Amino acid sequence: METAVVNTDFKSQEYFINMGPQHPATHGVLRLLLTIDGEIIKKVDPDLGYIHRSIEKMCERDSYQQIVHLTDRMDYLSANINNEAVCLAVENALELEVTDRIKVIRTIVGELTRISSHCLWWGVMGMDVGALTTYFYGFRDREMINDIFEETCGARLTMNYNVPGGLMFDIHPNFVKRVKEFVAHFKTKIPEYDRLLSNNIIFQKRTKGVGVLTKEDAISFGVSGPVGRASGYSCDVRKYHPYSALDRVTFNEALRIEGDTYARYQVRIQELWESLSIIEQLIDNIPEGDYRVPTNAVIKLPKGEYYQKVETARGELGVYIISTGTKNPYRVKFRSPGFSNLSVLNHIAVGSKIADLVAIMATLDLVIPDIDR
Amino acid sequence: MDTFKLTWNITETIQDWLVSIMSENAANITAMVLVAIIYLTLFAVAGLYLVLLERRVAAWFQLRLGPNRVGFQGLLQTMADALKLVSKELTGTVKADKFLYNLAPYFVIVTSLMALAVFPFTKGFQAFDINIGVFFLIAISSIGVIGILLGGWSSNNKFALIGAMRSGVQTISYELSIGLSLLTMVLMTGTLQLSEIVEVQKSGWLIVQGHIPAIIAFMVYMIAGTAETNRAPFDMVEAESELGAGFHTEYSGMKFAYFFLAEFINMFIIACIATTVFFGAWLSPFGITESIPWLGVFWFLLKAFVLVFLMMWFRWTFPRLRIDQLLTLEWKYLLPINLVNIMIMAFLVWQNLIIKF
Repeated sequence: METAVVNTDFKSQEYFINMGPQHPATHGVLRLLLTIDGEIIKKVDPDLGYIHRSIEKMCERDSYQQIVHLTDRMDYLSANINNEAVCLAVENALELEVTDRIKVIRTIVGELTRISSHCLWWGVMGMDVGALTTYFYGFRDREMINDIFEETCGARLTMNYNVPGGLMFDIHPNFVKRVKEFVAHFKTKIPEYDRLLSNNIIFQKRTKGVGVLTKEDAISFGVSGPVGRASGYSCDVRKYHPYSALDRVTFNEALRIEGDTYARYQVRIQELWESLSIIEQLIDNIPEGDYRVPTNAVIKLPKGEYYQKVETARGELGVYIISTGTKNPYRVKFRSPGFSNLSVLNHIAVGSKIADLVAIMATLDLVIPDIDR
Repeated sequence: MDTFKLTWNITETIQDWLVSIMSENAANITAMVLVAIIYLTLFAVAGLYLVLLERRVAAWFQLRLGPNRVGFQGLLQTMADALKLVSKELTGTVKADKFLYNLAPYFVIVTSLMALAVFPFTKGFQAFDINIGVFFLIAISSIGVIGILLGGWSSNNKFALIGAMRSGVQTISYELSIGLSLLTMVLMTGTLQLSEIVEVQKSGWLIVQGHIPAIIAFMVYMIAGTAETNRAPFDMVEAESELGAGFHTEYSGMKFAYFFLAEFINMFIIACIATTVFFGAWLSPFGITESIPWLGVFWFLLKAFVLVFLMMWFRWTFPRLRIDQLLTLEWKYLLPINLVNIMIMAFLVWQNLIIKF
């Protein structure tokens, strides 16, 4: 079978190694073709496509309501935010104004999704640099969010809570209470994260100055999300193109200038605090109103092109829809954050060691289905 | 007190009994076989239960229950695991160097087994009391790396090879720190024989007698010992998130279990050396149970397990270092600290500043 042909001009000391498709640090079926001299990385070639499911093609076949259910299979860790992106795109195209209640609930659930994703990332980050215990601590806190989601919409991972025109269900009566409990609980746990991992001298030695991405490179590679913001590239979609209820809350964009692995780590830790702050601002007064705005059973978008972007836990997710006025889109294209973030891997990992590559990959926070759509 | 004889040497007692029933040569061989069987049992049981201890400690650190179903509190769990591992097929890569590949686990396991023979578990309960005990331990513990190197090299797997090369670099480097920190204590006691090192500690454990330099030596020893046994935060050899499983990637079933068992026994050995050299081996604290020698086993194991727990604590808390950081730590920090520490100790011994009760 034909495989990707990599760098063929090897130096005498160099050798070639396959990291993946099954490898503990690639978090899915990502294959990295490494050219290595001793332990020093000379070249990284990501080989994609091992779990490609042609989601964009399937979208052309489906109705707009059905598309929503495909999107949470891409970046399953920010499933709700992915759903929201398509719903917002459809609503914008229909010029459908949803109620304040819908906007606020969407924002709260979106931020909970972000926290849950970052919790998992934090655990996995620790695991990748050899501290297995973090994995369980991250999951402990994520579990509370998943329980809230389960009570709210019946699903824990691929949520499908958003539909074009609002929400699938209204929030559960316990929702507000449980979210408040979680916020109180999690505020005591982030300092624990710091004690266990962030302030650990070995961890800092492993991450500071490793895999440095400059601001210029971040912009030219199209990097977004925490990876971009760690390089000083202010790119938070929530700030620049606020959607749902994000225009009525105040929060700081987590920014760092170092651009190294530790900076990417710190940006996400700070984002946990910011997300908690957003939730706290909204949770006390969720406006009354309908949880769903009536739409036609078969949604037909007016002829034209529509683009909506949102900030997922990994960065900027863009949904581009071309409609010919029929009940299914002519073309759907997702601009997924993971894909552009992965593109910098070779750029920042060359010259570092295998162990560094694992740490760098962890802070790029790759979700492979998001890359292999 | 001559009527109540405290010297209770288990090997001598058995030897005397054997000589009384058979010829001396036969008795010698029988005694050797018996001792070997006892130590093999000790080895297997200790290894299995250290695995269980590790899993329970890990579970405790990670808010989990850990194995607690098979037997009371999961006490039979590792038996079940061992049974499973024995029944597994022994697979390997096609182009592996079969001879070296199969030889590697034995190097690792025999090394650990040999080191176990010299520890004074209590007065007289010592299989092999040689006058160069510390030297023997240092010499033996450096052989294990051959097994790891052979395993990684012969597996015909690049991840295993990287793991093996890391192991070579790591174990050989940290061997120096272990040797020098033990040498510091030998300087103080003036003997290499483990039983005599214990005798010296009747006037205070060495970590008390040698105060500052002894404490430095102990800390260096624990760091180097953790590295020597390839345990986190120095488990670069295995590095499951980087290399899959490192040097034992291609080993399955019982061959894998040998490596695994050896790792745990090595941890126990490191703790035993520390117990003997720093914490008075089988001597009870403040001489509480001095007149009951068999209780020495309890004190010895208690001290060893506290140290084992300490190493497990490291493992479930710290992230892993990188190979260059590991070497920096050894060559730029531990080694100079050690050399200076030996000079301080020499000065203390010369000026007779050591504390004795």
